[in-house]
Amino acid sequence: MYRIRFHGRGGQGMKTAGRILGSAFFLEGFEVQDSPRYGAERRGAPLTSAVRAGRSPIYERGIILKPDLIVVADDTLVPVPAAGVLQGVEDRTAIIIDSDINEPEWHQRLQINSVIHTLPAPKDLDRAEMPYVGSLCAGAAARLTGVISRATLEQAVLEELHEFKESVIEENIERALNGFDLLADYEGTVIENTDPTALNYQPPQWIDLPNESVNLAGPAVHGGATSVEVRTGLWRTMRPIIELDHCNKCTWVCGSFCPDSAISVDPDGFPEIDYDHCKGCLICAAQCPPHAISVIPERDSIEKEEA
Amino acid sequence: MPRKLLTGNGAAAWGARLAEADYVPAFPITPQTEIIETLAKWIGKKEMAARMVNMDSEHSMITAAGSAAATGVRVFTATSSQGLLYGLEMLYTVAGWRAPFVLVNVSRGLAAPITMEPDHNDILAARDCGFLQIHCATCQEVVDSVLMAYRMAEHTDVRLPVIVNLDGFYLSFTREPVDLPDADKVREFLPAFDPHETKFRAGEPVSQAVAVLGGGPYSYFRYETHLAALKSLDVYKEVEDDFADLFGRRHGVLESYRAEDAEIVFVMMGSFATKAKEAVDRLRDSGEAIGLVRPRLLRPFPAEDLRQILCGKKGVAVIDQNLSVGMGGILYSEISAALYGRKDAPPIITSFIGGLGGRDIKPEEFYEMITTTKLAIFNKMTPPPRLLYTAQELREIRKLQGIAHVEKEDKANVKAEETKP
Ligand code: SF4
Ligand code: SF4
Repeated sequence: MYRIRFHGRGGQGMKTAGRILGSAFFLEGFEVQDSPRYGAERRGAPLTSAVRAGRSPIYERGIILKPDLIVVADDTLVPVPAAGVLQGVEDRTAIIIDSDINEPEWHQRLQINSVIHTLPAPKDLDRAEMPYVGSLCAGAAARLTGVISRATLEQAVLEELHEFKESVIEENIERALNGFDLLADYEGTVIENTDPTALNYQPPQWIDLPNESVNLAGPAVHGGATSVEVRTGLWRTMRPIIELDHCNKCTWVCGSFCPDSAISVDPDGFPEIDYDHCKGCLICAAQCPPHAISVIPERDSIEKEEA
Repeated sequence: MPRKLLTGNGAAAWGARLAEADYVPAFPITPQTEIIETLAKWIGKKEMAARMVNMDSEHSMITAAGSAAATGVRVFTATSSQGLLYGLEMLYTVAGWRAPFVLVNVSRGLAAPITMEPDHNDILAARDCGFLQIHCATCQEVVDSVLMAYRMAEHTDVRLPVIVNLDGFYLSFTREPVDLPDADKVREFLPAFDPHETKFRAGEPVSQAVAVLGGGPYSYFRYETHLAALKSLDVYKEVEDDFADLFGRRHGVLESYRAEDAEIVFVMMGSFATKAKEAVDRLRDSGEAIGLVRPRLLRPFPAEDLRQILCGKKGVAVIDQNLSVGMGGILYSEISAALYGRKDAPPIITSFIGGLGGRDIKPEEFYEMITTTKLAIFNKMTPPPRLLYTAQELREIRKLQGIAHVEKEDKANVKAEETKP
């Protein structure tokens, strides 16, 4: 059975990517199961989608623990532990990353032996508004399996998106076929894994839950300090930057509009954004009277910091 | 019709469409909403000739469904979790009216703490209300069961509403290949609802929700409902045969997977049972005589069918994706009650609680449940019930608790500082 896992952010079309690949397998005569998995239903939040394809009915369900192929639509997710991009990765697992960081560099960063393929990532775009990245990823994944034809892929995109207007469908087909063509040299390199055996299994480390005081065991969250611990800044795909030259210190504006209380006032009276917690909603940029808050894609700001 | 990929929610909507439901009272709730959205789209495009009404709550929705069914139209509705419980009062009421209709429940764990993912405490809260219950494990079963449910519900010997249950996420949002029944064959299998004499009609007033005092009349009506539910087991078998003849798929009161010659069998309900099938295959590969029994009907409870397959086994491992707080697994006690004192009843029945709030059950956990059960058979001792929960999960919750309690601890520290002499 093929087990393929997609990783992206809400808004990047990962559910559609999974469905396109699922439909393509199905059109090629496979038994298929595809399912998206959401956490927080918000644009920019990490989400995954699972595609299983085999020759007999599929009994496994839910998250794929040992994928044959991992497809990452957004390279900023790779270092985010909560996104679990590398969960269950083995030497045999192939990885596709939509990124303009090159493959040797990824190998060095991740210290893994898996084959890594990169797809060209569009620049200067809000990554949560890349409606075509899913099709690109699905096309690339289809090629690596070697069991899906170009015509089938096109048909699968058509089936999944038939309710959209023609230009959207065409654009998606073009991207999917582009992904398919880019990995032509690696056709058929993703191999179906054999079924794991029940012999010599690793027993689960079950424990007896201790009976604990309600102080601990009631599902209560105490006060605002918890928000400090949860670094929601990881959700950000676009970064607001305050240009102090144009700022007229009306911090009650941006400071009160920010729904995450991520803007504080520094000793000189200037606003300061806490990027550990700013989710990138850009309300501050919309509200700032002299337009002193500019917006750049998060990935560019990471590169700037590194430079 | 060729097979197509459908989500469980899509399959449920197709069930309503193929059954040619006349009336759909609706109220949205995750992860069910896609069902009523799909129906709304079809009705809007006139691909389905039904009337949909958005209600103000599930309580009103179930009242409307029961009232409409009592007038003799075919009614479909759907909800999930908190919604089902919000309408619980009316579940008892409309079942008491003997109003037949189909309600799809998309299982989701109950608050608090709140979650989106599935377990069966929602549907089991409706266990005793008089609705019959069919539990599905695949998207194919969802569409087929909706059709079978109408046949059962509308039968003159039964006349009870039916809940068709599917798991949130694992079926509701998961696509699988589905063979959609042919519309003409469905009409043959499920003709238009004929309520005969028991219906409201303009100019012929009937009072259906009568008040009774003294206990005697109440006992009579409640027990008649119970007898109708028991009778529905026979009716179901007719429906099952007709369905198999027409569509080539047989959905029994229970699914028995490699259980006939098994020494130990798993018993569990819902979509996680396909994970158990996978585990059964792997265990069989390694030479173990293991099987699975999955009740599809929970009400009526197929006790005799269960006894037939489970008696003579060395052990039974019951996996409950629910928790009766202060007691344990609900299916475990029902299975035990069905087997106790019977000839060749399995000497060991082990109890496992797993999959609460959608918590995964891993292959090695199925294998370990068999190891535990084998050990119990060898020792002739039933072990205490076991929650499927690992040391790593406890470490994770400790981390979350560390965050959730950070301010409390800060305050405690400040207090400690302040009170220092
Ligand atoms: S709203 Fe704009 S101008 Fe006013 S303090 Fe904030 S960044 Fe500066
Ligand atoms: S982008 Fe949103 S979260 Fe970030 S500082 Fe501006 S208002 Fe606050």
